[in-house]
Amino acid sequence: MANVLEDVGRRTLNELDYVGSLNIQLWSTLRAMKSALPLLGNRYRWQATVRQMLQIGYDALPMVSLMAICMGFILAMQGASELRRFGALQYVIGLVAVGFTRELGPLLTALAVSGRSGSAFAAEIGTMKVTEELDSLRVMALEPIEFVLAPKYLAALISIPCLTIMSNSFGIVAGGLFMFFSTHLAPLLYFRYVLESIALRDVITGLVKSLAFATIIVHVGCLEGFRVRGGPDSVGRSTTSAVVKSTFLVIVADAIFTAIFYFTVKP
Amino acid sequence: MPIISIRELVVEYDGRRVLDGLNLDIEPGETMVLLGGSGSGKSTLLRQIIGLDRPKSGSVSVKGVDVNHCSAAELKKIRHSIGVAFQSAALFNSLSVKDNVALPLREHTRLAPSVIELIVWMKLAVVGLADSSNLLPQELSGGMKKRGAVARALALDPEILVLDEPSAGLDPIVAAELDELILLLKQAFHMTVIVVTHEMPSAFRIADRIAMLHQGKFISVGPKDEISASQDPHVRHFLDRIPEHMTNAISVAAHFEKYLHSQETRQ
Repeated sequence: MANVLEDVGRRTLNELDYVGSLNIQLWSTLRAMKSALPLLGNRYRWQATVRQMLQIGYDALPMVSLMAICMGFILAMQGASELRRFGALQYVIGLVAVGFTRELGPLLTALAVSGRSGSAFAAEIGTMKVTEELDSLRVMALEPIEFVLAPKYLAALISIPCLTIMSNSFGIVAGGLFMFFSTHLAPLLYFRYVLESIALRDVITGLVKSLAFATIIVHVGCLEGFRVRGGPDSVGRSTTSAVVKSTFLVIVADAIFTAIFYFTVKP
Repeated sequence: MPIISIRELVVEYDGRRVLDGLNLDIEPGETMVLLGGSGSGKSTLLRQIIGLDRPKSGSVSVKGVDVNHCSAAELKKIRHSIGVAFQSAALFNSLSVKDNVALPLREHTRLAPSVIELIVWMKLAVVGLADSSNLLPQELSGGMKKRGAVARALALDPEILVLDEPSAGLDPIVAAELDELILLLKQAFHMTVIVVTHEMPSAFRIADRIAMLHQGKFISVGPKDEISASQDPHVRHFLDRIPEHMTNAISVAAHFEKYLHSQETRQ
């Protein structure tokens, strides 16, 4: 019994330590973000930010688009199979449009970026730690948070909402294609119904979520990299851990945000 | 006044004492070699000198400033006056050799790009890498990487140059070339050079003084002639390459017999 309590206590302390480290890292990054801004900051840091934006955003666009198109078709078909029975096939449009802008667009994008970039951040920083590159930054009087993390965070805060908008668009287009082939609904009419279905708050809540997901993915990925101890095998473990933890935290954060918006934002 | 002063330095990792009450003064312009076997605490001492780790007790002062109890601005100033070449070279893999050398100049000076390019070329010429400036670190041999790391350490014209195992893993000719480079740097720039090594020919070629570490303590500190004439048994073991733990057929047979006996007892 004592062992079980000891184990629970140790695990709780470890989790609290992890959350505390995430918070400290987040505040340190926010303080260092000025250096990564264009015009105000260091131009080499802004160049690094642009490179990261291309890696997080542009390179992920084909994958995110394809996932959004597939998910748009799936949502439309699953919705249609039930709604057809009640003669309410037109509600598929609202289901796809609202479902994507509020929920699926941000979540799908976050899961794709978490798998691609979250793991890459952990691997990159973990390798830098193992090969003493982070130490060499410190002895050159350069802070790794400012040099490595701030450009990644700024890039993610810009790229992930942009990817989310693209994901929403592709998902809605996929729904339109389904409606065109199944009911011969004219595309222009479909988009008119889409615009009638979604409100500005749906788009804003989706984008707020995507900013929170970007924060989780970058900070979990980078913290896993900074916590690497030992050799190359621990880099592999940190990469896996970055994806697992960030995916889990993204879904938890999604549930929290959805609950907040459900109870606070009245239609 | 010594440029580096170490007083009663104690370092522990997980309760294990790695450095045990070290005292050492390093004078400006001298080449101090930290000599000792694997696990004797040489690299740990080096990390203390450059302020990467904190000790359990004691102090390390660089240019009269305690590196563990100074402000961030003071530590930054001290780090500007120290150039470090790590054992693994720790060049940034995503940057070419010339960009690695240019990094501290771009970050800490307001020099024009053309001036930075000229300085980088000069530093690379000093270490014999002027023709390889556009290569990435992974395209360099082990010796070239180490010379690249020395060039980067020299970028800001530091007063103190710290080299961790510069000739480890290199063939004797490349190791000798690095020794000559260290002597040239000392002669040309009047730097204080601290070298961690366990290569004796290299140590006796470049050193003004040698500090010999054994199990976290200095067993001998003095000019190289004094060390080579030392009658201390640990120093003699090291210099005369006498193994401390001899393994022979009899001892292996005794271990095997003991193992068989323990297996029989268990059965």
